[in-house]
Amino acid sequence: MRTPYPLDPDGTHPEYDVADYRSTALRHPKQPLRLLPQRLTEVTGPVFGHERVRPGDDDLTRWGGGEAVGQRLVVHGRVLDSGGRPVPNTLVEVWQANAGGRYRHEVDQWPAPLDPHFAGLGRVVTDGDGHYRFATIKPGAYPWRNHRNAWRPAHIHFSLFGQAFTQRLVTQMYFPDDPLFFQDPIFNSVPDPRARRRMISSYDHEVTTDHWALGFRFDIVLRGRCQTPFESEPDDD
Amino acid sequence: MTDVQLGCTPSQTVGPFLAIVLPWHDGADIVADGTPGAIVVRGTLTDGNGDPVPDGIVEVWQADPDGRFDHPDDPRGAASTPGFRGFGRCATDADGRFWFRTLKPGPLPAEDGHTEAPHLDVSVFARGLLNRLVTRIYFPDEPAANAADPVLGDLPEPDRRLLIATAEDDGTLRFDIRLQGDDETPFFRV
Repeated sequence: MRTPYPLDPDGTHPEYDVADYRSTALRHPKQPLRLLPQRLTEVTGPVFGHERVRPGDDDLTRWGGGEAVGQRLVVHGRVLDSGGRPVPNTLVEVWQANAGGRYRHEVDQWPAPLDPHFAGLGRVVTDGDGHYRFATIKPGAYPWRNHRNAWRPAHIHFSLFGQAFTQRLVTQMYFPDDPLFFQDPIFNSVPDPRARRRMISSYDHEVTTDHWALGFRFDIVLRGRCQTPFESEPDDD
Repeated sequence: MTDVQLGCTPSQTVGPFLAIVLPWHDGADIVADGTPGAIVVRGTLTDGNGDPVPDGIVEVWQADPDGRFDHPDDPRGAASTPGFRGFGRCATDADGRFWFRTLKPGPLPAEDGHTEAPHLDVSVFARGLLNRLVTRIYFPDEPAANAADPVLGDLPEPDRRLLIATAEDDGTLRFDIRLQGDDETPFFRV
């Protein structure tokens, strides 16, 4: 099997059928997945950078002519592959609820107020060293109907392309020591507890800005490519 | 080889509010309207009850009409087609529908002298999907290339049929994605 981007160990990612997360019931395939050899379409991928980012997309704390309510944060980190190599110039898209736990979306109708100065979306591009950084406010926890008294831990959604179709990742960043982890089937859908912990950001006092914002660090690791020259060269074997 | 081996960040669902940022105003336009040779691929995303999935997003990635990618890891070298993005992204509407305007990709060289038939790689994201689902769209006017395609060739005949789009009377191609149930779309681990 041609896998220049080796598959992650079992337990790294959630299964599709997770009984505790009710929305998976009708949305998971019942047939086993087949392995797709990684050929040209899979080892390439869309490469987006600054052309998808507008001025101000790295600052979620201001919108609609004013400042959002809530605890200001600077969220930063590096996008790396599993070989430890930085993933430079790659688009990172983020979205999140406001300080009260409400999303600016018509489907979200729970009775926390919308903030007229918070849209909840951002876009940044990693620099040459794989580093990204944006300013936001701390998202609130919010209730949902999955189980009795169900609350999502505070989180920020991240979408990343990496450099190949195989590296595409959508994940969620959580905050340290959230008391809601124990009852959240989405966080706990990751079987390996070590992998689960990789979704939790860390408080970063080096980035905390005096009289302005608290710093949090969230490094993101995408699948790495084997270093052996190989295999994906269609003409050499 | 490097000594470093970091564990990967796990996948999580896009949740119900992906539309806050992920849809792009030009997301479905892999080429602009009016581009000579442009085709439209459209379909519906449905769940195990056959109900539409209104909170999903479908992405495609594909070669250009010459079978080339504008990407440094194409061992033949990066090659770009002006106005062609290779990538499309379309959130499903209230009826679960999605579409793309694109150019038909060319065939691709594979190992041992094999050739992959023209295809689009597809990623599906939705509330209730903790990990993306990957499938492929093949073309109905390529019976010989499809018969020789190494990916289709590894599938049982009924699954093969499910990965080939159908030509509609209005000239568009239809490719429905069924997450579960009868005629469930074959999905891949990649």
